[in-house]
Amino acid sequence: MNSAFLIAYLTITRREVVRFSRVWFRTLLPPMVNTGLYFLIFGNLIGTKIGPMSGCSYVEFMMPGLVMMSVIICSYTNVASSMYSARFQKYIEEILVSPVPMWLIVAGFVTGGVIRGMIVGVLVLLVALNFTPVSFLHIHHLILMLLLASLLFSLGGFINAIYARNFDDISVIPTLLLTPLIYLGGVFYTLDLLPPFWEGVSRINPLLYVINTFRYGFLGISDTSIVLSYVVVGALLLVFFVWATLLLQKGRGLVS
Amino acid sequence: MQALRITDLRKKYGDHDVLCGVDLCVEEGSFTALLGHNGAGKTTTLGIVAGLIRKTSGSVSVFDHDLDSDPVAVKSCIGLMTQDYNFSQFETVEQVVLNQAGFFGIRRSDARKRADRLFDIMDLQSLRHAETRELSGGMKKRMMLVRAVITEPRLLILDEPTAGVDIEIRHLIWNFLRELNRSGTTVLLTTHYFEEVENLCQQVAILKNGVISDGGYVHELISRLTVRSVIFGLSCPLPADCYLPLTPLDGNYVEYTYDSKKTNVSEMVTALLKYGCSVLSVRNRSSSLEEYFLNQRDEHCL
Repeated sequence: MNSAFLIAYLTITRREVVRFSRVWFRTLLPPMVNTGLYFLIFGNLIGTKIGPMSGCSYVEFMMPGLVMMSVIICSYTNVASSMYSARFQKYIEEILVSPVPMWLIVAGFVTGGVIRGMIVGVLVLLVALNFTPVSFLHIHHLILMLLLASLLFSLGGFINAIYARNFDDISVIPTLLLTPLIYLGGVFYTLDLLPPFWEGVSRINPLLYVINTFRYGFLGISDTSIVLSYVVVGALLLVFFVWATLLLQKGRGLVS
Repeated sequence: MQALRITDLRKKYGDHDVLCGVDLCVEEGSFTALLGHNGAGKTTTLGIVAGLIRKTSGSVSVFDHDLDSDPVAVKSCIGLMTQDYNFSQFETVEQVVLNQAGFFGIRRSDARKRADRLFDIMDLQSLRHAETRELSGGMKKRMMLVRAVITEPRLLILDEPTAGVDIEIRHLIWNFLRELNRSGTTVLLTTHYFEEVENLCQQVAILKNGVISDGGYVHELISRLTVRSVIFGLSCPLPADCYLPLTPLDGNYVEYTYDSKKTNVSEMVTALLKYGCSVLSVRNRSSSLEEYFLNQRDEHCL
């Protein structure tokens, strides 16, 4: 990457970070409160009635999924709302008239989403420490999956924002697709609790691989193969990145 | 060298042809106005050159860089000030300007130095930390101009840069643009103010019905103008028995429309003296270029 491109990339990223930092009480605080409530209600209150799961206390089992849920939703919504606002208020034109290749625009916006996702991940983890002891058995898997997941869903948010025609369109996907996939991706239960048919269905949910590998990073337990998880996430990443770049190159939603 | 060369540029929105084969050359170092009625396609043309609108066909090159084959090189030569406000409402003036420089690969420390100088010239120094939504229309226009020139473009494209700003700011912007052009920047602007064109531009291109219908040096166009109107300020009211071809206006003012090929103003001044009216003042009814533009429209309407 030449130095001009590097400066352009850092400028887009910087603008994204400044944007979500300026309204931290709307972008960083809510996931901490939400997840705190999950820990309190499902972990401490109901969880004690459920008993251990895969050899861990229920709150300990649930913790990686809840952290990942916040990371995914924040990464996604960050890029979706930022990109859509830039389109809606037309300030995306500042970048479109600049000598910046399309892939770099994608990279800049997505990096902003990844940074917010990582910050939220750390903050939610700090909340989790108040409810359960946290172990880091395979910290490299934990960090790598955190990075890949926030990257993947930032790209998803970017694509959503390009297709969106109004603000409702950027809230539909998180509500109707993302949240159900996360809930059915093994945040609250292990696969062996499901009947064989639903277990099979669950295995086509990519979130299952993300959450289980992330849990493996903390607790060393997973319902899925770690290698397969990286293959699934890596393939999706490639598809999403090419998709997002092609959309920009065609000028979809940006150039008339 | 040509700063901008547009050949057979066409743009279609659905079934509607906006541009039907625009051909335009802008010489390096020139100050050119692209004129036309609302909806003539001026903004579309500029948008295509800047990469904000996709053309249907035709070619665009900027300093010999082709827009299709080397858009990055084209964009690196251009600074654009759009007609609409296209900046984040939540960023400060400084952030908007420095970010634009960053998108062009200019280091923040260098950009800050340039911004300091430009904020001084455009009288924005005290507003650099203000959020853009707090600015008035004139302040926003000045900020957008600074944003367009922070990258020191070789070709500056301005889409109605002084629309809606007061006369003092308009003159501030004019002086700045004049200096910029003197220092070598090629400027292409659209405007509905003919006074602006006469003050700033050397050349004009008129866009009509999707093509460049007329153009040339400003003084050449004005010299083509035959029917002109002036307003005389007289020393006394026009006598009732005066049959000179004059249109009375308020007070002691009259309008005189004449064919410059057949007569001139001094003949009428002499004729008025015979009626005991001396001419105290003479001014053009409107800018000469505006009259030329209106005459062109009338000729086409006929």
